[in-house]
Amino acid sequence: MADFTYTLLIPLIPFFTFLLLGLAGHKMKPIMAGLIGTSGLGASAILAYSAAISYFWTGHSAGTPYTSIKAFEIPWLHLTDKLTIHLGVLIDPISVMMLVVITTVSLMVHIYSIGYMKGDTGFSRFFSFLSLFSFSMLGLVLATNIFQMYIFWELVGVSSFLLIGYYYYEKPSAVAASKKAFIVTRFADLGFLIGILMLSFNTGTFDFQTLTDPHGPAIAQAGGAAFMGLSLLTWSLIFIFVGGAGKSAMFPFHIWLPDAMEGPTPVSALIHAATMVVAGVYLVARLFPVFALGAPDALYVVAWIGGFSSLFAAVIACTQTDIKRVLAFSTMSQIGYMMLALGVSGYGGEEGLGFMASNFHLFTHAMFKALLFLGAGAVIHAVHSNEIGDMGNLRKFLPVTHITFLIACLTIAGIPPFSGFFSKDEILVAAFHSNKLLFAIEYLVAGLTAFYMFRLYYGIFWGKNTHYHHTPHEAPKVMTIPLMILAFGSVFAGFLPFHDLVTSDGKGFESAIDWFVAIPSVLIGVVGIVIATILYKKESAMPDRIAGSLKYLHRWAHRKFYIDEVYLFVTRKIIFRYISVPIAWFDRHIVDGTMNGIAGMTVYAAYAVKGLQSGKLHQYAFVFVSGAVILVLIFVYLV
Amino acid sequence: MSILNLFIIIPILTVGAILLTRDLKHSRLVSAIGMGVQMILSFVLVYLYLTERAAGNTATMLFTYDALWFPTLNIHYALGVDGISVAMIALTGIVVFAGIFASWKMTHLPREFFISLIILASGVFGFFISIDLFTMFLFYELAVIPMYLLIGIWGSGPKEYSAMKLTLMLMAGSALLLVGLLGIYFFSSPDPHALTFNLMEISKVRIPIHMQRFLFPFTFVGFGILGALFPFHTWSPDGHASAPTAVSMLHAGVLMKLGGYGAFRVAIFLMPEAAHEQAWIFLILTAISVVYGAFSAIVQTDLKYINAYSSVSHCGLVLFAVLMMNQTAMNGAIVQMISHGLMTALFFALIGMIYGRTHTRLINEMGGLMKVIPFLGVVYVIAGLASLGLPGFSGFVAEMIIFIGAFQHVDVFHRVITIVAASSIVITAVYILRVVGILLMGPIKNDHFLHLDDAKWYERISTISLVLAITAIGLAPYWLTNMIDYSLAPIVEKLAAIQLTSLF
Repeated sequence: MADFTYTLLIPLIPFFTFLLLGLAGHKMKPIMAGLIGTSGLGASAILAYSAAISYFWTGHSAGTPYTSIKAFEIPWLHLTDKLTIHLGVLIDPISVMMLVVITTVSLMVHIYSIGYMKGDTGFSRFFSFLSLFSFSMLGLVLATNIFQMYIFWELVGVSSFLLIGYYYYEKPSAVAASKKAFIVTRFADLGFLIGILMLSFNTGTFDFQTLTDPHGPAIAQAGGAAFMGLSLLTWSLIFIFVGGAGKSAMFPFHIWLPDAMEGPTPVSALIHAATMVVAGVYLVARLFPVFALGAPDALYVVAWIGGFSSLFAAVIACTQTDIKRVLAFSTMSQIGYMMLALGVSGYGGEEGLGFMASNFHLFTHAMFKALLFLGAGAVIHAVHSNEIGDMGNLRKFLPVTHITFLIACLTIAGIPPFSGFFSKDEILVAAFHSNKLLFAIEYLVAGLTAFYMFRLYYGIFWGKNTHYHHTPHEAPKVMTIPLMILAFGSVFAGFLPFHDLVTSDGKGFESAIDWFVAIPSVLIGVVGIVIATILYKKESAMPDRIAGSLKYLHRWAHRKFYIDEVYLFVTRKIIFRYISVPIAWFDRHIVDGTMNGIAGMTVYAAYAVKGLQSGKLHQYAFVFVSGAVILVLIFVYLV
Repeated sequence: MSILNLFIIIPILTVGAILLTRDLKHSRLVSAIGMGVQMILSFVLVYLYLTERAAGNTATMLFTYDALWFPTLNIHYALGVDGISVAMIALTGIVVFAGIFASWKMTHLPREFFISLIILASGVFGFFISIDLFTMFLFYELAVIPMYLLIGIWGSGPKEYSAMKLTLMLMAGSALLLVGLLGIYFFSSPDPHALTFNLMEISKVRIPIHMQRFLFPFTFVGFGILGALFPFHTWSPDGHASAPTAVSMLHAGVLMKLGGYGAFRVAIFLMPEAAHEQAWIFLILTAISVVYGAFSAIVQTDLKYINAYSSVSHCGLVLFAVLMMNQTAMNGAIVQMISHGLMTALFFALIGMIYGRTHTRLINEMGGLMKVIPFLGVVYVIAGLASLGLPGFSGFVAEMIIFIGAFQHVDVFHRVITIVAASSIVITAVYILRVVGILLMGPIKNDHFLHLDDAKWYERISTISLVLAITAIGLAPYWLTNMIDYSLAPIVEKLAAIQLTSLF
């Protein structure tokens, strides 16, 4: 077995570039900072690829299952007799796959950003945050234990916060969005933390290898009902999933994702499309044996939250007019697919089809969604607007962006032979064999996806002849080359033999395209594309008329089903006005008032008794005599 | 002669030297040198302590020194340190040092200011090295009294009111504490002629349970007032708001820690049975502190009030963890004290520096400061992130140890209250990000702010030394928690020896 200690460098190199750029970046020339960040990530990417090759192929004897390897581990914090937090590197199929995904997309985004962010103030700051994010995300996927994952989980959250808000810190909407993203995910992370507390207490370990061992302490505790008919293990996994749902923008925690689009577009591509938002999927996949063998009820929750989110987001995506927001809802919808696939999966062999499909889709989605965002960035770069209404007929001006964007749209719509077809097909097959209702939902979502993506595509590149103040021009090479590389990935990633490489139990299984599911799913995709073509290829009044006839549905979907308003109500009204303000008032007036009252009474009492110390002799004599008389009377009559 | 005596001697010498100086320039230099030496000495102490332990010295208290001081009552000047006090001394050393540099431009009566500040510091140092209850109490008072002068003379706003309030409330605490300590003294030995104030001696006897029940609330609340225990915390917002920068730093950074330290070293260590019986009451109060402080901080508009309420929340967590009474949670309590001490000192230092430039502490009047004072802005963001418990900084380590420790109790009451306390991490994020968003980001609201200068060298020394300490603990907590863990063993043994009858 190959030695993987060197994989430690994969997260550490970005960490060092972060320190270097963070401490000395403002003294460098901007291009220098960009090159340092990019080359650091390039080195990580090379190491990640070589680790992938040696793990999956050269260092692996065919026919044996893939095992998980602890390449490195040190104790970081000792807690109790049983619990110690370690930091380390875990190498197994999903972590290696994620290494490839993260380093690839991150490297593309780094290169792209050199062009996209050119001339911006704070160029080096941007690159130092990108490095920080890459470090945190790589540390997250390499975590050997759930607590390490939680540590890096928080770090990716803060990197995302910094990249959305701190970068454009003079733009109030970006600052508000970054705050919202952080607080909503933080709230979900509280669930994650509670889940970790429960799980670690009941199993006595944080370690993934021990937790996911089918004969280990976690799964052994599967039975029994502790609370509301569910076992302790189920509850702890549901709480952990809450954390995952927050990071992955699943309903009802999804509200931060569309707002996060206020950040720079390369950041949206990296963090809010390809890597950080799939951390929730990765978390469930990481603990998958515990879910599948120990707590099927928790997995059921995962499936339904995923299924519902994918439909919910797809409906909203059909009505949005900001191109980045359409993509954001599309991301939410696609992550819903991945969650659903995990939720309907079993453990081991072909039962684990959903697990494989979920990871497969994660992989292909990272490629085509990053491509869509970077393409959208090139469009925004050219027309200086996010609104579809300001675009149209751009295909002549932006040929490379147009072609790559079209490839990505075909991929996400599930048209063969693009990669999205393969991964989505596996998910639909897995759903079909498990739950017919969920399958029906996902089938509908597949059609909606094709529709809204082509609505977007036609709106940008076809449609009306918009008059532009400045003639839009194609992005520079440094931006279009990453587009082409990602387009290549989107086309060919589907041919990777995922069913041999990434499976729930490490053993490969036979998998073939199920034409019984595949043909209808391609058909509904085509139907979606055709409808979008009819409605949006040429400017027409049809879309508005349809929207008018579906008045309420359209308005509700356009306003994102008013979930934002519900949140605003809870935060502004309930938390701020009905909790914080009264508490602050209570503190000032009741608690402090009591203290001041005690002080006031002391002063009052002092004034009250002051009269007794008057220094007037006749008064003293009077008091003395009357006291004596009273005492005498008491003694005489009572004793 | 023990090295610990130096912690008293150096401040005395420094005060003497300041008396000889004439102006700000000299007095601040003398103070900086004196407290710099003190800080280095505290690091040396950590080093000596660790080598002594590595050499196999298993005594509970090291570097002990004992001199009979007041024979009739058997009062000793008794010194000794274990891993916990060593850590607290190092904290004090750093905060005092940073505080001197934060008051570099104290033009109003500089000599007197630095003298009071250093007397305050020596009270804190003395408290942490004493193992005689009476001496401890004496140093405690020595730390509280200069506070009145420091706020009353060099403060701002309604300073007389705040100084009076703070001192009177803390004095009320002292009065309760005195009852508790004297009570302990009279039951410190079965032989009425061998009564003692020595902490280690008293810990060997078992104070009768009916006396414990009576004395524990006095001692715990007495210390708790200093540790901002709800509902006795209201001195903190007013006091901090009026206090000059360095005083806020020292007060929130180390003086409030005397409360937590005393609660655990005196109240719980000497009266474990009563602590065990009554813990639930105080657990509820501390959990209220944690959540209530955080909610109150959300709506404040004055930077100092925000940080004062945040301190109520964080210090509530210290007492909360102490009352959980197991090794892990108590370890977390100590780390939280150190972590909060450093973070809050950093916050107050930054607030003072920002106020010195903008002449306002109301967040609504500021905005976009990141653009004009980037250094202070970045450090403010770091302090904020540390305060909301971001991994890599000390606050995360402390909170996680506390929550995991507290969760080791199997009963529903402890579990639920732990989750209530843990929910503060969300509320903390809300008020921290609110301030960062309003204060540092967005457009600049006031044209005067366009010409502000960024941090001067002395301000950089002050903030960087605190940031370094916060990150050092955050990145490599192992050595600190190990050092504390070792010294918790006697307390944990004592707790394990008592009959554990759960109330729930």
